[in-house]
Amino acid sequence: MEDKTIKAVPAIELKGISKSFGPVQANKNISISVAPGTIHGIIGENGAGKSTLMSILYGFYKADKGEIWIKGKKTEIPDSQAAIAAGIGMVFQHFKLVQNFTVLENIILGAEDGGLLQPSLAKARKTLAELAAEYELNVNPDAVIEEIGVGQQQRVEILKALYRQAEILILDEPTGVLTPAEADQLFRILHRLKDEGKTIILITHKLREIMEATDTVSVMRRGEMTATVKTSETSPEHLAELMVGRKVLLRVDKVPARPGKPILEIENLRVVDEKGVERVKGIDLTVRAGEILGIAGVAGNGQSELLEVLGGMRPGSGAIRLNGRALPLSGPGSDARARRAAHVAHVPEDRQREGLIMEFHAWENVAFGYHHDPAYQSGIFMNNAALRADTDRKIEKFDVRPADGWLAAKNFSGGNQQKIVVAREIERNPDLLLVGQPTRGVDIGAIEFIHKQIVALRDQGKAVLLVSVELEEIFGLADRIAVMFDGHIMGERLPHETDEKELGLLMAGVSGEAA
Amino acid sequence: MDKMPQWADVVLIPLISLILAAILSALVILGIGEDPVAAVNMMVSGALGSTYGWGYTLYYATNFMFTGLAVAVAFHARLFNIGGEGQAMLGGLGVALVCLYVPWPHWSIALLAACGAAMLFGAIWAAIPAYLQARRGSHIVITTIMFNFIAAALLNYMLVNVMRPVGSMDPASARFAETVHLPTLHELLVPIGINFSKAAPANVSLLVAVLACVVVWALIWRTRLGYEIRAYGHSETGALYAGISPYKITMVAMLISGALAGLMAINNVMGEAERLVLNSTEGAGFIGIAVALMGRSHPFGVFLAAILFGFLYQGGAELALWTNIPRELIVVIQALVILFTGALDNMVRMPLEKIFLALRKGKA
Repeated sequence: MEDKTIKAVPAIELKGISKSFGPVQANKNISISVAPGTIHGIIGENGAGKSTLMSILYGFYKADKGEIWIKGKKTEIPDSQAAIAAGIGMVFQHFKLVQNFTVLENIILGAEDGGLLQPSLAKARKTLAELAAEYELNVNPDAVIEEIGVGQQQRVEILKALYRQAEILILDEPTGVLTPAEADQLFRILHRLKDEGKTIILITHKLREIMEATDTVSVMRRGEMTATVKTSETSPEHLAELMVGRKVLLRVDKVPARPGKPILEIENLRVVDEKGVERVKGIDLTVRAGEILGIAGVAGNGQSELLEVLGGMRPGSGAIRLNGRALPLSGPGSDARARRAAHVAHVPEDRQREGLIMEFHAWENVAFGYHHDPAYQSGIFMNNAALRADTDRKIEKFDVRPADGWLAAKNFSGGNQQKIVVAREIERNPDLLLVGQPTRGVDIGAIEFIHKQIVALRDQGKAVLLVSVELEEIFGLADRIAVMFDGHIMGERLPHETDEKELGLLMAGVSGEAA
Repeated sequence: MDKMPQWADVVLIPLISLILAAILSALVILGIGEDPVAAVNMMVSGALGSTYGWGYTLYYATNFMFTGLAVAVAFHARLFNIGGEGQAMLGGLGVALVCLYVPWPHWSIALLAACGAAMLFGAIWAAIPAYLQARRGSHIVITTIMFNFIAAALLNYMLVNVMRPVGSMDPASARFAETVHLPTLHELLVPIGINFSKAAPANVSLLVAVLACVVVWALIWRTRLGYEIRAYGHSETGALYAGISPYKITMVAMLISGALAGLMAINNVMGEAERLVLNSTEGAGFIGIAVALMGRSHPFGVFLAAILFGFLYQGGAELALWTNIPRELIVVIQALVILFTGALDNMVRMPLEKIFLALRKGKA
């Protein structure tokens, strides 16, 4: 529509793309135009239709209506081969690499010339050296994927796309698994690619990344493209408003904490997983009444196991005390039921696999973990009427939408699923609340609400242990921050005495003294 | 949003699958030069056209209700118990021991004791694979199927070497005493003025089976144990999160499943044969898998599916008796029904979901 204003032929242009899945219209009449040699951001909440749009561009889905134009030429993209042929490269959120192959082998996978591997490998090695020199994308071609870090793995994904001569690179939530320092490196690479004339589409829900990295940004809401603006002419607040459709509070509003007596004391806690790998390597922590202790760290450094052992989902060794009373870490009395009896509530990291039974009605999920509560029993049967009444109360109080207790959990949006879990756990008025990734896959409106609930619990003098990979969330919520790396606590900081840079170093395993 | 209304899931899909299986069966019958319409008539009149036919249909259905419920309960905990056959055999052994070696004054007390013994023996037979699964991770499908063979061998040994009456050449136990004879439907219905066929084997066990359907329904959907079983079946990590012990649920679900399969013996051993014979289960344990699949693991669905399979069994037997259609073809028809209602479920489901979505879109 407004492509007359852009002088050069757009690298990529979508005209009136629509796509429905049954009654759900994931994309409604979407048109964008991305100039070559720019970084274009696409931002929107979960379920806004970003991924659907990119899947159409990469040939996974076929649009019901609309056209794709690449470099001024109308292009059909029936499958991903056609996308690659058209010069589109995609870096997925979850990498598609073969773990026990080398970097080189992964790069030629699917792009081998002929039946013999050796010529392809030799050619790839040469190309890789050129690409590395051109874009400062250094990786050891002979390293095995499972032995290199996630930041490096992501570079391999980018190299894969470049090896296939991609001119347009699409990155889907690329920083989800990176430390802040790795994310900075990624953005440097992206700028370099841009300078060399590549076109980049960056899909994210993080406002900060959009502001830092992009030239133009499109906002999606409920399947529609609500605005396309120059990044330099907008602000995070404005973008958030465009995303949600109303004004939102990006900062968590809270008064300073007034920590009281220790509620949870952890001493030399160790966790060995099913494969015999030690995931938590002797940590000591204290969480006091009326404070939120935030555990920062890159995913996979033992935070999940820490939460699980505290929540009674797996055994550990060492000692934990709640209100001065020792809780068993293995054997009888160490399961999740005993933890709940000891007034420990748990909002788990993965609500779909742990916190909820997706096929159960909302009201059945409200009893989940608390199904022994006498209030829910009636003789030998469960008192479903009482349970449903309780559910209706919680739905109203936590503004769960749609307000229908008979709906299966899977039919709620991510944010409303999380509200059900949070309502169930917080309404138990626990002494200690364990929270893992409380706002993962949750829309901005619900994030605000969930954060408020957690702070309100703290203000009642309860202890909260928060695990999050989102530094913004840690800074916003935590009264004290502990950084976890490789099963160890690398250090504790107060939010106002530290910054993302220092935490980023700790998250990468550089100890406080060296930093 | 659900893709289609529940009634479509529970009623429409099995019905369409059934019709497809029937059409294919008709083609096969045509292929061997017989008349499918006549064959259907023969099956319907043979199985449902007389109280004699109904008596057999319901007798088979009783067996399938028990074994179908057994599979369904385990399914809810995502355990695939295909050892119903062996558990039912062991149930038969329990029933036979109780009926042969205790002088019962009245059939009703004997029935209660036989139920107890059948459930106990069936549960014990399921307990070993359950333990191996829960504690050692040995896959329950493998172990339960192996236990079918062990059960057959055990029964063979017991009948030939221990329970065979002196002088008999038949690998079977002695006949049970007259006092443990269970009333047939004929004997039950005569007092209220219905003249049900005397020769048909359907008996009071049918009422026990219907009762079992109700009890299983209440267990699964109304009790805390049922809640835990279903939660575990949907998500094992979820169960851990909620403090539900995977070990306990695996054991309890399998014990209940084995007990239900064992309970079948009050029908075929105590109600019909009135002695323990070799291969008394006649494959009912395996039919139970199809019944549970078709009944969507819901007791009411199991009830209906059991009657359908009872009809197929009895109608098929009539067909083999009175026409040139070989007995093997009956197995083909049954297999087609299982194939369409179980394995090819998605073939019907997906187009149907699309139709429902299109309809809804049209309305919206």
